[in-house]
Amino acid sequence: MKSLSRLGAIIKKEVRQLRRDRLTAGMVFGLPIIQILLFGYAINTDVRHLRAAVADEAGTHLSREFIADIGATQVVDIVQSVATPALLEDLLRRGEISIGIAVPQDFDRRVVDRSRAAAQLLVDGSDPTILGVANRLQTMPLGFVPGGQAGPGTARLETRAYYNPERRTPVNIVPGLMGVILMMTMMLFTAVAIVRERERGNLELLINTPVSSAELMIGKVTPYIVIGLFQLALILAVGRLLFDVPVRGSIVDLYVAGAAFIAAKLALGLLISTAVQTQFQAMQMTVFILMPSILLSGFMFPFDGMPVAAQYIGEALPTTHFIRLTRGIMLRDAALLELAPDFYFLLGFTLVAMTAAALRFNKRLD
Amino acid sequence: MSADYAIEARGLSKHFGDLKAVDNLDLRVPRGQIYGFLGPNGSGKSTTIRMLCGLLTPTEGTATVLDTQIPGHARDLRPRIGYMTQKFSLFGDMTVFENLQFISEIYSFPKSGRRERVDELLVTYDLTEQRDQMAGTMSGGQKQRLALACAVLHRPELLLLDEPTSAVDPQSRRDFWANLFRLAENGTTILVSTHYMDEAERCHRLAILDHGVKVADGTPQDLQSDTGMHVIEVRADDPYAAQAVLHELPEVASVTQLGVRLRVLIPERHEHPLEIVASALADADVKAQSEIAAATLEDVFVAVTMDPEERRQ
Repeated sequence: MKSLSRLGAIIKKEVRQLRRDRLTAGMVFGLPIIQILLFGYAINTDVRHLRAAVADEAGTHLSREFIADIGATQVVDIVQSVATPALLEDLLRRGEISIGIAVPQDFDRRVVDRSRAAAQLLVDGSDPTILGVANRLQTMPLGFVPGGQAGPGTARLETRAYYNPERRTPVNIVPGLMGVILMMTMMLFTAVAIVRERERGNLELLINTPVSSAELMIGKVTPYIVIGLFQLALILAVGRLLFDVPVRGSIVDLYVAGAAFIAAKLALGLLISTAVQTQFQAMQMTVFILMPSILLSGFMFPFDGMPVAAQYIGEALPTTHFIRLTRGIMLRDAALLELAPDFYFLLGFTLVAMTAAALRFNKRLD
Repeated sequence: MSADYAIEARGLSKHFGDLKAVDNLDLRVPRGQIYGFLGPNGSGKSTTIRMLCGLLTPTEGTATVLDTQIPGHARDLRPRIGYMTQKFSLFGDMTVFENLQFISEIYSFPKSGRRERVDELLVTYDLTEQRDQMAGTMSGGQKQRLALACAVLHRPELLLLDEPTSAVDPQSRRDFWANLFRLAENGTTILVSTHYMDEAERCHRLAILDHGVKVADGTPQDLQSDTGMHVIEVRADDPYAAQAVLHELPEVASVTQLGVRLRVLIPERHEHPLEIVASALADADVKAQSEIAAATLEDVFVAVTMDPEERRQ
């Protein structure tokens, strides 16, 4: 009974302080919205309208048709025509175009003779996404064949994207973004929360009161669980309204997975706060965990494409598992049980981190 | 185990690496009294207080605080002691009222009397006007009154105050001590550390700490009458010259200048201290009047914290 009332007192105080701390309160609402707009609108791996120039040395009917076909894909916009491939290189170097299309004089013959490339794409390789686009253009079938017949060697490769047939980036990004946003806010807030009290001297007062370590920790963390679940709802709502991101699976499953992830991140934040002395150190530690979580979790780059060592690190990060859960539930209509290993990882991680934090945090100063 | 003592410490030590912050401290604090810890910064006052309330584990030794064994049972002690930290440790982004309310909840103060208790403290500690002010925006004196109000809210039997007046003006200090005396009258035992002589003089008893060692303890009166030193006060036209002469005397243990006056300490085993001083000054042609004076606490402090070698056999 007494323990409950003390817990209540800590929670009430936390909420009160949180409400007065405009910056933190702003982060609770602002961070998810800004991030989702940023990732949804600005970061678009579905590249279109790259600036291109063409050097058509053949100048035949066939070559003009070829160039028109490329333009029709909308992947590139042909903004300029030049006389020689050398001029294309100039334009590339000056950054005026991203792709140059060089059509040689003997283009017509090369089209028939399949042992040689018909034309050449000059690509600004300093940007990996542009390289990817070039690869797509390369496999683009030449839809015309001399004589009006499809030759037997005409390789036609078609890509079909499941679950995201329109290949819209937000659909991929939002489920992953949920993990990243929750990670940032949850871990940072708790990592800083206890250290701030230590810095301000509040902790010396608190540990001299009948409040126990467990009451203090649970009391500090509880408001953030609510905030985390609220952020989850906010991200889902914005994703739905602005980007039409679906939730194909069960919303309950999604929230259960979310709660497990929030708990894991809060526990990690608490563990950080027991290990550092100042708020600044807490920030550094958080960033230290943040970077691999963004890069190695499969949020930015496909998990399977990473080197084995990086995959091991990725497997150890809660964000990796949460992103698998959200993508599974939201996009593939998977049930939580079908994704049980990832869910159990989150629970196990929480347990280990929480135990470690409680052991490290004792109610003494030495 | 005596019920007469609120605190009984035996051989209490705390080492931080090679540093002996507190070294083999014996202490007896009678119930219902104000007991002072006098000592310069780094003398082990804070460390001792922190050990007594269980914030730090002693390297060696034990203490009995309110019949509770330390180290080991500090948790049972928490509801019975009040602790005021050296640095303001309440929540600056909460109002005075909210801080008091929070403390009352933390100490599980009976719900029915909570409101009355908080109102009573607001009046007693003259914080009624600041009731809805954010604690962080208050003056040093107001913060200190709030800290004391929070420390005594749950009516502790023992109050530990770690340099409570280091950040407040003299008037606030006077008021603060009036509050302490009222608490002691009502039976609260108070352990207070300070580096102000005038505050130490107000205590019922005090211990002087120096480099982690207790160098003297007793009532201020006993300490003053038992310094083991003759105190000579010298008034000289040229105090600097007088000081230079007196420093050279083998019998003189210490010379302290107070404006135009010099306070000279000479160990008691030397007879006729006045003559020693007067003749030395006359020989050096320094015009001065000398007289025997009663020891002040400052003299006591100088005498007991003196490097033994400086005492000059």
